[in-house]
Amino acid sequence: MSILVNKDTKVIVQGFTGKEGSFHAEQCMDYGTQIVGGVTPGKGGQTHLGKPVFNTVKDAVAMTDATVSMIFVPPAFVADAVMEAATAGIELAVIITEGAPVRDMQAAKACATKNGMKTIGPNCPGVITADECKIGIMPGMIFKKGNVGLISKSGTLTYEGANQVCNEGFGITTAVGIGGDPIIGLSYIELLQMFQEDPETEAIVMIGEIGGDLEIQAARYIKENITKPVVAFIAGQTAPEGKRMGHAGAIISGSAGTAKEKMDALEAVGVKVVISPAEIGKAVKEVLS
Amino acid sequence: MNIHEYQAKQIFQKYGVPTPRGIIANTPAQAVTNAQELGGSVWVVKAQIHAGGRGLGGGVKLAKSIDEVRELATEILGMTLVTHQTGSEGKLVQKVYIEEGAAIVDELYLSVVLDRAAEMPIIMASTEGGMDIETVAHDTPEKIIKIAVDPAYGFQGYHGRELVFGLGITDKAEQKKMIAFASKVYKLYMENDAEMIEINPLIKTESGDFMALDGKMGFDDSALGRHPDIEDMRDISEEDSDEREASQYGLSYIALDGEIGCMVNGAGLAMGTMDTINYMGGTPANFLDVGGSANAETVAKGFEIILKNPKVKAIFVNIFGGIVRCDRIANGIIEATKITDVNVPVIVRLDGTNAPEAAEILKNANIANLIVGDDLGDGAAKAVAAAKG
Repeated sequence: MSILVNKDTKVIVQGFTGKEGSFHAEQCMDYGTQIVGGVTPGKGGQTHLGKPVFNTVKDAVAMTDATVSMIFVPPAFVADAVMEAATAGIELAVIITEGAPVRDMQAAKACATKNGMKTIGPNCPGVITADECKIGIMPGMIFKKGNVGLISKSGTLTYEGANQVCNEGFGITTAVGIGGDPIIGLSYIELLQMFQEDPETEAIVMIGEIGGDLEIQAARYIKENITKPVVAFIAGQTAPEGKRMGHAGAIISGSAGTAKEKMDALEAVGVKVVISPAEIGKAVKEVLS
Repeated sequence: MNIHEYQAKQIFQKYGVPTPRGIIANTPAQAVTNAQELGGSVWVVKAQIHAGGRGLGGGVKLAKSIDEVRELATEILGMTLVTHQTGSEGKLVQKVYIEEGAAIVDELYLSVVLDRAAEMPIIMASTEGGMDIETVAHDTPEKIIKIAVDPAYGFQGYHGRELVFGLGITDKAEQKKMIAFASKVYKLYMENDAEMIEINPLIKTESGDFMALDGKMGFDDSALGRHPDIEDMRDISEEDSDEREASQYGLSYIALDGEIGCMVNGAGLAMGTMDTINYMGGTPANFLDVGGSANAETVAKGFEIILKNPKVKAIFVNIFGGIVRCDRIANGIIEATKITDVNVPVIVRLDGTNAPEAAEILKNANIANLIVGDDLGDGAAKAVAAAKG
């Protein structure tokens, strides 16, 4: 078991024939992901990487029975692509593209929600179920199969966390990079719930950062609903106030959203909070033994 | 991206949001001409910098004669204004806005920001105008009204009613004016892809009109491409020159006060690296995210920018390669040692995509001062030790 995606998941790629889309689609296929085709308007009927190209998501879904779309279109077209996927019956859109305007994402997310489509991202590394299905841009080789679920706002901290978990002799069920933009799809609460219900997942690592209050909400949820051990790290304890650290979400405004506030909230509900990301692996070992 | 008050007011005026009349000046002579052109007997001389708290810092002053306009403009232009939002180094004032005086009866507060939880814009308003809104939010949260507006349906009548009744406005004509004011502010927020608009104070005048006496606006950087008119308002002198230079190479750089220069891929890992250095008893000198397209040139540039800071005693390169390939980073480090004098120890931790190739490249290059870190913890510990000498 795992969450969201597995070896049977059929995936299409929006922005299939572009440079990024091609490169990463191929990497995903090498990993074992069932990429069943892609969408590039105007290139319908062609074959790319040995898979059919369609003009619309509707056509792609009709011909391939795909349920997941990996989105690589340029930032200005992300909202359009998400809405197209949502209305064509896609169940999960994984949005890799960085730099989509917030106003666009607001509309896209509302449309996805209305049509019952889950989203991950934007501006994220994607989702991976170890040894089964990689939908995104993460280096597949570091994710070894195991019993730890991972949720992270940051891409490279996803790799760092997974690598440490594996180096301690454990492994990953599914890892999800949720992105750090102001508007994101699946967040801690939904994913914590999925990991709680997944029989294979025995511990959960959640990696957050300064800004917003998603981690605080997660803490409240953990208190009431999560019985599996959770290890957490919050990046940005040393970030100066009012400074932006790359992610739009990583902004401290006043007292709300500081690393300390989030760490305290998580600690108070029994989460094993580490001060340095270098301690994630050891902490997982501790909670699992 | 942020803009100045006078620029925000230009946008307000375009949308019919009332503001006092004003003209921007770069010199005391211009300030005088502007005051004469505006007429009247009272003017406000306002420093234009990208930070709040200008009044308390001495950057906003009232003039009751043309001579006083000249004196105040002379005093404020060229001063380094320190407020709670500028940091201790302050900001140089290069422009003053000369504005006609307004007869204030009441001071209110109005802002529009994205409510991340509701995933829609929220209008915040308060009767406690002219005060630090964070203090109001902390001490008397009941005095802040919050009204979420779903962009799918836009600003409706009930939004307006919640606003005016919440602010205790009972006069029918005033209610109408306030609702029109807020709906226009919402409209310009949406149409310009603003990240935030803050009007503090929003004043009521003797004639029962509402006016934006101040205006702050920030924009979604990702949407600037479709707003060339906003992009034109960028004031480069308000941005840190090192940060700007870095951004031209796809690097995201922010200077800090410590001794260990950091070069990392990804914002989260970059912050996590700073946290780890701090945890181990060291101090980070900067935040630097090399981004996803790092190559030898950008890495070399990153070294150059880090080394400009004389406080740096060691550099910690911490890369977990995903899209970023470690071999390219290794070549960048070698490149950097050729073109800049890297006179401090460099601790390198490379993991992920092409890490073995990178290790080989660095080994063969035989660079003095280079120390290999086995993992994040080991690398940070070695960097802290190296900085301590």
